[in-house]
Amino acid sequence: MNLRVVAALILAGLFGSAAPLIADARADARAQVEFGIDVAGRGLWHEAMYRWERAVELDPTYAAAYNDLAIAYEHEGQFAKARQAYEKALQLEPNNAQIRQNFDLFKEINDRAVQVKEKS
Amino acid sequence: MTAPSRSKRSRSVALGVVTFAAAVVLAACGPSFFEIPLETPLQPKLDVTPFQRVLVAGFVAGGTEALDTNQETVRLLRSQLRTKSSLKVIDADVMPLLEIVQAQAKASDGEFAQAPGPGDQSAQAALDRADVPGLPKAIKVEKDLEPYERIFANTAYWKKIGEEYQNPLIVTGTVLFTPQSRSGFVQREQEEFDSFGRRRVVPVRTYMERTGYILRPKFVFIDGRTGATLYSETYREEILYNAQQNTPALSSYFELMDRLVPNFLGNFSTQKIKGTRVLLR
Repeated sequence: MNLRVVAALILAGLFGSAAPLIADARADARAQVEFGIDVAGRGLWHEAMYRWERAVELDPTYAAAYNDLAIAYEHEGQFAKARQAYEKALQLEPNNAQIRQNFDLFKEINDRAVQVKEKS
Repeated sequence: MTAPSRSKRSRSVALGVVTFAAAVVLAACGPSFFEIPLETPLQPKLDVTPFQRVLVAGFVAGGTEALDTNQETVRLLRSQLRTKSSLKVIDADVMPLLEIVQAQAKASDGEFAQAPGPGDQSAQAALDRADVPGLPKAIKVEKDLEPYERIFANTAYWKKIGEEYQNPLIVTGTVLFTPQSRSGFVQREQEEFDSFGRRRVVPVRTYMERTGYILRPKFVFIDGRTGATLYSETYREEILYNAQQNTPALSSYFELMDRLVPNFLGNFSTQKIKGTRVLLR
């Protein structure tokens, strides 16, 4: 009985100390994502890309950040990186319809880009 | 009497507070996604840096007799390239490739000493004299084009043309513009008004006879310095109209070419594909 209580206390302690860390990482990443959205809206795509790269570094489980980063890569014509980022976003949130839709639209263009490479 | 009314009031106050709190939370969170316009750059398909000039030479063309597909294609592509590419477009007579291939075939059979060059009137003369075995005299269907396509592999011929025009990038190919007609059930949207005058659109399946055209161009890009084919690409576009609608062949042709031209121009310069994406928070 005592052992169970001790184990429960240890687990509670572990989660109790880890949870704020995770929450902090997500909060920091979210701040980066929001700033990125703001500057992308004003056409500053390089700055947005930097912010979203920071966001995925801070929180590698943040699907929205990968989605936004993929869009920035698309804007810059970096199709291989865009594909990787979309795939990561979908891996994290397979049922996210908006990420899926972005990825489908990307693939349409990417297929044409691949055709271009193959022809040249 | 007073107790129930007080409890009712306190309940409605509580409801108001909850609604207000929810509104405050929602306002703080804001929308979770943002639609943003995006222009994706597509690199040019061809490296045109070795060329200063482009010659849209001519096409092996056929299909309908309602228009001169060769002339129209050359004219349209030249005008597009003049405004939308950095290359200087060479103004030259449109090459009657169909007749040139036939004349070349006859020449190789020994009927003529030499195959004709661009704008060579003997090509037409050759045609007038005799049919060429294995070459259909006119292009009606896609299969008729096949024997003519050998001209694109004739590097000596294209090299000679290249020398004549100071080594440009040469654009040539085949264009087939054929009429088509189809009948069957078509789903279209019909506007209806109910007894209250409210408008609604309902899908209706109707039997229709439709006519139109199919456009099948194949663009071949040739290096005027060597006569070698750099690469080629094929497209297919079609359009159908209500059979009662009398659309001229020329306007159908331009409608279909309009769809292809951005892709064609994508060979020469970076194209931006416009679209929208959803940014997420």
